[in-house]
Amino acid sequence: MSSLVMLITVFVLAIFVGIEIITKVPPTLHTPLMSGSNAISGITIIGALILAGVLKGQPGYSQLAQIMAFVAVIFATINVVGGFLVTHRMLKMFQRK
Amino acid sequence: MDMQNLTNIAYVVAAVLFILDLKMLAHPRTAVRGNRLGFIGMLIAIVATLVSGRFDWTYIILGIAIGSVIGAVAALKVKMTSMPELVGLFNGFGGAASVLVAGSALVATYSAVAAGAVAGDLQMKVATVLSGIIGSVTFFGSYVAFGKLAEFLFVKWKLHPWQRVVKYGFSLLVAAGGLWYGLSLELSPLSLVFMLSAVVIAGLLLLKNERFPGLNAIKILSAVAAVTLGVFVVLDPSNTLLYWVLVGVAGVLGVILTMSIGGADMPVVIALLNSYSGLAAASTGFVINNTVLIIAGALVGASGIILTGIMCKAMNRSLANVLFGTMGPTADTPDADEVYRTVKSASAEEVAMTLEVAQRVVIVPGYGMAVAQAQHAVRDVANFLESKSIEVEYAIHPVAGRMPGHMNVLLAEADVPYDKLKEMDEINPTMSQVDVAIVLGANDVVNPVARTDPSSPIAGMPIIDVDKARTVVVIKRSLSPGFAGIPNPLFALDNTLMFFGDGKKAMLDLLAALKEQ
Repeated sequence: MSSLVMLITVFVLAIFVGIEIITKVPPTLHTPLMSGSNAISGITIIGALILAGVLKGQPGYSQLAQIMAFVAVIFATINVVGGFLVTHRMLKMFQRK
Repeated sequence: MDMQNLTNIAYVVAAVLFILDLKMLAHPRTAVRGNRLGFIGMLIAIVATLVSGRFDWTYIILGIAIGSVIGAVAALKVKMTSMPELVGLFNGFGGAASVLVAGSALVATYSAVAAGAVAGDLQMKVATVLSGIIGSVTFFGSYVAFGKLAEFLFVKWKLHPWQRVVKYGFSLLVAAGGLWYGLSLELSPLSLVFMLSAVVIAGLLLLKNERFPGLNAIKILSAVAAVTLGVFVVLDPSNTLLYWVLVGVAGVLGVILTMSIGGADMPVVIALLNSYSGLAAASTGFVINNTVLIIAGALVGASGIILTGIMCKAMNRSLANVLFGTMGPTADTPDADEVYRTVKSASAEEVAMTLEVAQRVVIVPGYGMAVAQAQHAVRDVANFLESKSIEVEYAIHPVAGRMPGHMNVLLAEADVPYDKLKEMDEINPTMSQVDVAIVLGANDVVNPVARTDPSSPIAGMPIIDVDKARTVVVIKRSLSPGFAGIPNPLFALDNTLMFFGDGKKAMLDLLAALKEQ
């Protein structure tokens, strides 16, 4: 199996898993669901880190690419840190009762 | 086992933790733990990445530090009423990150190619194009959604100083950045298109009107242009400028798709952009061949799509109608003066007297409650009624507010237990046994016309049947129409009392009147 077909398989199966579990989230928690899934979409940080950390002289080093990835690290970190924190804040309010 | 395999196993663990996170959101009791698992998953993925190779740490540490501070401050400072704005903004950051990562990977790959490495394959090229288009649409669309929610884009009134700084600052940044990069290149049709797209985005964002003739033409033109450019990027990926032109044109599309969508349709837009931010992350996963990005992105994409579907269904409108249609009074909409001939206005004392003798009270909140920040006052009234052994529940319409679940978060903030928040389908069958229904800052979602008049713009939309309650108290500042622009005959029913005033003040007056009796 080529790697592309394998990645597409993973993608399609993950969509189905997502649909299965997310239809079970009650409407009361839809806002935390959005902010929480927002935090998860901050996973782009992985790509940003790899590209921002390329050492000078390594194949594929380019200052432009590095600066773009640096800005991406900032954006993705905002998503991850802000997303999980604000979701925690909200869910705590629901948990009190 | 080599390092690469270990990293990939860590990614699988992270993906499983993300799935558990979302699964545990199925109940408020487990949700906090779920969210924590998701965060741990993210940390595992980050650490596994950072130990997998040798890196230049400067930009990594600096980027994480800056992002963490901004993210933490935003998350801890934001008011619960402004949650839609924050989520809108975060969606946009996700989109921007995808655009930049895919762009960076493209530049890195082709500077390696110039040094003799193998070129990227078709998968990488197509995925880069998708990341660029979806990411840019998400970023600019989210900025528009944010600006509309924070009420500084496409409005005619005077702005607060901070709103002016954001509005003009953003447009200036886009236009100046576009021109600066465009002019630094050799003059060519491509660089001209790039500069044009930046100027168009900046200009559109300064308009005071959200609709103008030719809007649909630009929509179609920018969509076709984005796809065409996408094909060109696939054919010639070494031309970085092409990628940026693609991002610019997709940005125009993002602005234009979102700008004409109005207030009450915001929940759909926010949910849709949420989905896009996930799909952008997934396509970035295809660019850099990374499974955890693909899985996480697919989960978020699915989540956004499901929420979008729920919101559309709750308005009885198709997604196409929300995105491209117009909402407003039709030719045979009845005259407001005629409908409101028999409206009865009541004082806080009269409403208090009605509540005194009630056994079961249902409160129906809408966006007006968020605007007036009335959630704590509502809770105080409810607590007082409960102390008199009157049963109080809340009926929440799926599209009440500006994002899915908006009302629930506000009421949770005010310490209202979640089991008192009832869904529309749960409360409607029992509506005829309700003594008093209090409608607070909601309008279209309780308009009985949706059931009775097939020609109305909200025909067929499921509503909360407050008109079936014995008495309806409507707290509202005036008789002005809701988002649909049509009069609401509920206000003039025999069993309806209009209690005019700001939501919070009305609730406080009501509480005072209740205590006096």
